[in-house]
Amino acid sequence: MEINIQKKVLEVNETMADRNRNFFKDKGVVVLNMMSSPGSGKTELLCKTLARIMPDTRTGVIVGDICTTNDADRLESTGVSVIQINTDQFGGDCHLAAHLIEKSAKEMDLEALDLLIVENIGNLVCPAEFDIGEDARVVVLSVTEGEDKPLKYPLMFRLADAAILNKTDLLPYLDFNAGEAVENMKQVHPDMPVFELSAKTEQGFDPWIEWLVATVTSKSTNNK
Amino acid sequence: MHEMGIAQQMLEIAVASIPDDIDNPRVEKICVRIGKLAAVVEDSLRFCLEIISENTPLAGAVLIVEEVPVGLLCRECGHEWTVDTPLFRCPACNGGNVKVLSGRELEISTLELAE
Repeated sequence: MEINIQKKVLEVNETMADRNRNFFKDKGVVVLNMMSSPGSGKTELLCKTLARIMPDTRTGVIVGDICTTNDADRLESTGVSVIQINTDQFGGDCHLAAHLIEKSAKEMDLEALDLLIVENIGNLVCPAEFDIGEDARVVVLSVTEGEDKPLKYPLMFRLADAAILNKTDLLPYLDFNAGEAVENMKQVHPDMPVFELSAKTEQGFDPWIEWLVATVTSKSTNNK
Repeated sequence: MHEMGIAQQMLEIAVASIPDDIDNPRVEKICVRIGKLAAVVEDSLRFCLEIISENTPLAGAVLIVEEVPVGLLCRECGHEWTVDTPLFRCPACNGGNVKVLSGRELEISTLELAE
């Protein structure tokens, strides 16, 4: 006997993500899902970004890691309101799913925020598959990784609204070909803006901040 | 890496779709559609499903995977095509505004119950 099902396996997550999106819209907060492999410099990038956009853009952060509160501790030093999710309580998940974001977001005073940045767990595979109810996605690649990462993890780069190539201050010491890395990103996602910058020296930082602020402004207008 | 979670969701959906009036149901086959762009490793999924379906109606069920190609539409010139490599620029007009029509599927299509 054959049973016809035709159901999406991640339907539960997608339903929750849509619920999150409506909840965030009601609260008037724009949500950015920031993803990368481990060690690409997301937390440093965020610390420097927060220093530039706050307090004009009132920002909160949810940071996901399997273990430790190190990232939350670093981010808290910028004065931002931050919630750490550790997924080891949930089986050491390699990504943040919509239900975890829902739980954390409800602990935050979202009315007091314009922007909520979710620093996802360092991983170029799994987080791409899980919608958390975000308005935009940003993927970070660093020059100490391979130029071909966008071709190896196409879903991540395909679904991102913008990409950052971080740690460009290290380029003189590496054989990394930045042009090739950007070209590979453009193969997967031709229209995606790519920002080449160094979170450490803040070289190349202005276009990224301009994009971020413009995105928050345009999304929050759309959300109203 | 997240295949265990996906296998768990699959198991839940499959068990919930077996009619209540069947005594000791046993699933022989579970058919799924997985897009080539989905971040799922078939062997891992098979392995995870095998482990978590023990002592359930899906124990020993064969997983049949239908791979869905990545189908694209150019929003600029209307050209439709499929790709085997992650190159998303339109071969007809070189445009970059491309819509993914298929390839992200992760769906259970049917179950085959033993008589």
